[in-house]
Amino acid sequence: MTDTAANDGFVVFDRVQKSYDGENLVVKDLNLSVARGEFLTMLGPSGSGKTTCLMMLAGFETATHGDILLGGKPINNIPPHKRGIGMVFQNYALFPHMTIAENLSFPLEVRKMGKSEREAKVKRALDMVEMGAFGGRRPSQLSGGQQQRVALARALVFEPELVLMDEPLGALDKQLREKMQFEITHLAHSLGITTVYVTHDQTEALTMSDNVAVFDDGRIQQLAPPADLYEKPQNSFVAQFIGENNTLEGVVTEIKDDTCIVRLDGGEVIDATPINVSNVGDRTKVSIRPERVEYNKDRIQEGAHTLKAEVLEFIYMGDIFRTRLRVAGNDEFVIKTRNAPDVDRLVPGQQIEIGWLPSDCRALDA
Amino acid sequence: MSDMTDTGPVLAADGTPLKRSLARALRRQKLRALMLIAPLLLFILISFILPVGDMLYRSVKNDIVSKTLPNTVVALESWDANSGDLPEEAVFAAMATDLKSAAAAKIHTKVGGRLNYENPGISSLFRKTGRKAKKFDLEAETVWKDELIKINKGWGDTDVWRTIQTYSSPITAGYFLNAIDMRVGPDGPEARPEEEQIYMKLLKRTLWMSMMITVSCILLAYPVAWILANLPARKANLLMILVLLPFWTSLLVRTSAWKILLQQQGVINDILVWLHIVPDDARLVIINNQFGTIVAMTHILLPFMILPMYSVMQTIPVSYLRAAKSLGATDWTAFWRVYFPQTIPGIGAGSILVFILAIGYYITPALVGGTKGTFISNQIAFHISTSLNWGLAAALGAILLAVVLVLYWAYDRIVGIDNVKLG
Repeated sequence: MTDTAANDGFVVFDRVQKSYDGENLVVKDLNLSVARGEFLTMLGPSGSGKTTCLMMLAGFETATHGDILLGGKPINNIPPHKRGIGMVFQNYALFPHMTIAENLSFPLEVRKMGKSEREAKVKRALDMVEMGAFGGRRPSQLSGGQQQRVALARALVFEPELVLMDEPLGALDKQLREKMQFEITHLAHSLGITTVYVTHDQTEALTMSDNVAVFDDGRIQQLAPPADLYEKPQNSFVAQFIGENNTLEGVVTEIKDDTCIVRLDGGEVIDATPINVSNVGDRTKVSIRPERVEYNKDRIQEGAHTLKAEVLEFIYMGDIFRTRLRVAGNDEFVIKTRNAPDVDRLVPGQQIEIGWLPSDCRALDA
Repeated sequence: MSDMTDTGPVLAADGTPLKRSLARALRRQKLRALMLIAPLLLFILISFILPVGDMLYRSVKNDIVSKTLPNTVVALESWDANSGDLPEEAVFAAMATDLKSAAAAKIHTKVGGRLNYENPGISSLFRKTGRKAKKFDLEAETVWKDELIKINKGWGDTDVWRTIQTYSSPITAGYFLNAIDMRVGPDGPEARPEEEQIYMKLLKRTLWMSMMITVSCILLAYPVAWILANLPARKANLLMILVLLPFWTSLLVRTSAWKILLQQQGVINDILVWLHIVPDDARLVIINNQFGTIVAMTHILLPFMILPMYSVMQTIPVSYLRAAKSLGATDWTAFWRVYFPQTIPGIGAGSILVFILAIGYYITPALVGGTKGTFISNQIAFHISTSLNWGLAAALGAILLAVVLVLYWAYDRIVGIDNVKLG
């Protein structure tokens, strides 16, 4: 992957390492390629190294080892102000002593652009984020969502080819955040700019991105389009981190091509799809998504694997029901069912039989 | 529901107007709050507002002449000082009467001392005449005009009478005129002769040097505050102790240390001579002049500049600078266009603090200022404790206060006082 990445990506991280104290690596051997026009999200828990990567790309941190390339050229020694990368900061970083129009005009002024051209571009950028009427205001007179739009306009007004966003929606409430998610993706795609977006919110990552890089412990755990990430997690960290996930622990007893047999710690034996287990006798975590588990006898498909379960808790969530079960000694086994007229509501204490397809059941590393 | 249609004042449940009811409910709270701050209010009133008010009043108060020489003041009212003639006999008789009773009460020297500020020589006139005044026989047929002039020919000088007449009113602008190097002459206020003008020069020097001290404090404090604000908390706290360390040392010790460093046989001159930068016979004069005062006072007042700057810089997130750079600004542009404007409230607060402290400083200029580096406050101290001309001291103080208030007002107009952050 490294070789192809280094060849054709617009943004390329080539074996990049970063250490702040000379003892611990915050970013360990990072290889990543972002194509022109792609919307890539770096997703991960705090301390996973994703923000450090973004800061290295922007030029505010230097890589301890390895190369970062932009448009094929190494940029390690180019200072931030010459990289021409637009950036949206977590707290927006709108200059409080300037009006909105002055904020937007700033990157054009430092580029020595003429006054009339500046004004035209500022107006166009503000109109683009529907903030045309607010040019004369100060940032403190705007709401969080409006500041967010202005920050976005400011990062785009000088027409960079690459825009970085560092958790830009973190401070907004849920509804506004969902609206802005849509607007940002729409804008990025219609302008055709390359976007690198950092977040710890998986919903944001799944809804906005072309590709998601899941970070943990200074490494990319999986780089894939959102659907693959959710449905085909490559390891147990990704399975746990993206969406809700049920985990059953056990030992691999047999591997045959695309199926394997796992003996769970409770004694039950199940079929699963082997993902990153390679040897018989390996410990494994078997991962099943809550919505892929069926308990209605009529709906359990041919070839599904069945296990006995006890209902512990039934939670009504409006559009779905969330039911907690005890399965193979695991008290935290959750299933989700759509709220439909023909669905039975389970009662705590009820003994049921649940089933899932072996293809939905992935044997991952322990 | 009846309230909805009622157009009169809103009523509480018992029928009293809601406003009165609310005021009554809040009165207890307000009283309690007032009780809590009462000791401080009282303390400030007794120890600050009253003395300051009294001092300000002293700058115009002038009841000593009218109290000690009540008959003379009345008798002099009709005399025209510009006629060139001496007052009539009645005035001299009144003066004799007043002098006799003043001498008996032993207050004749005080009024002499007071008038002496305005017309040197009057003090001895009153002292000498007063000695004989006790034996004046007011019943006898005496021509007091001749008698007084015989005792001291100073009584034959119209200037003396003019001074008495001028200062017979209980309120006077004399101290203030004096404080701006003017005096009351035959034709009203006039400038003093060149060689007697000192206060305006001193005031200008005080303002100029305070400004220099403020500017050098800004230049020195800005980088320090920046480093403090950008270091990790632990290191910043350690450095902060170093900044505050001077506060733990006596002001006198610090000032004396500068004497040792800066004098001609001092450490700095010794080093410069040793390095052959300065010849031994031409050692630098860097103390007992304006330079010495500016250096020592900049050092002493520096923390007052660093602290407000630091507290403002601490609140400026690093992301502003980063944003500016990501938008294409060079380090300098990012600093000058984005960071610096946001630190102005800190600079303003520090400058106001340092300037106002500097303008009234008096120990350090007295110790290291020599004759050329002293401040107006040193003159005030001189008049308070040595010449005992409290009226003049009060007038000088009032002018200083007025200057500070005017500067404060100007600052408010230019920068805006709500733009100042002290912490």
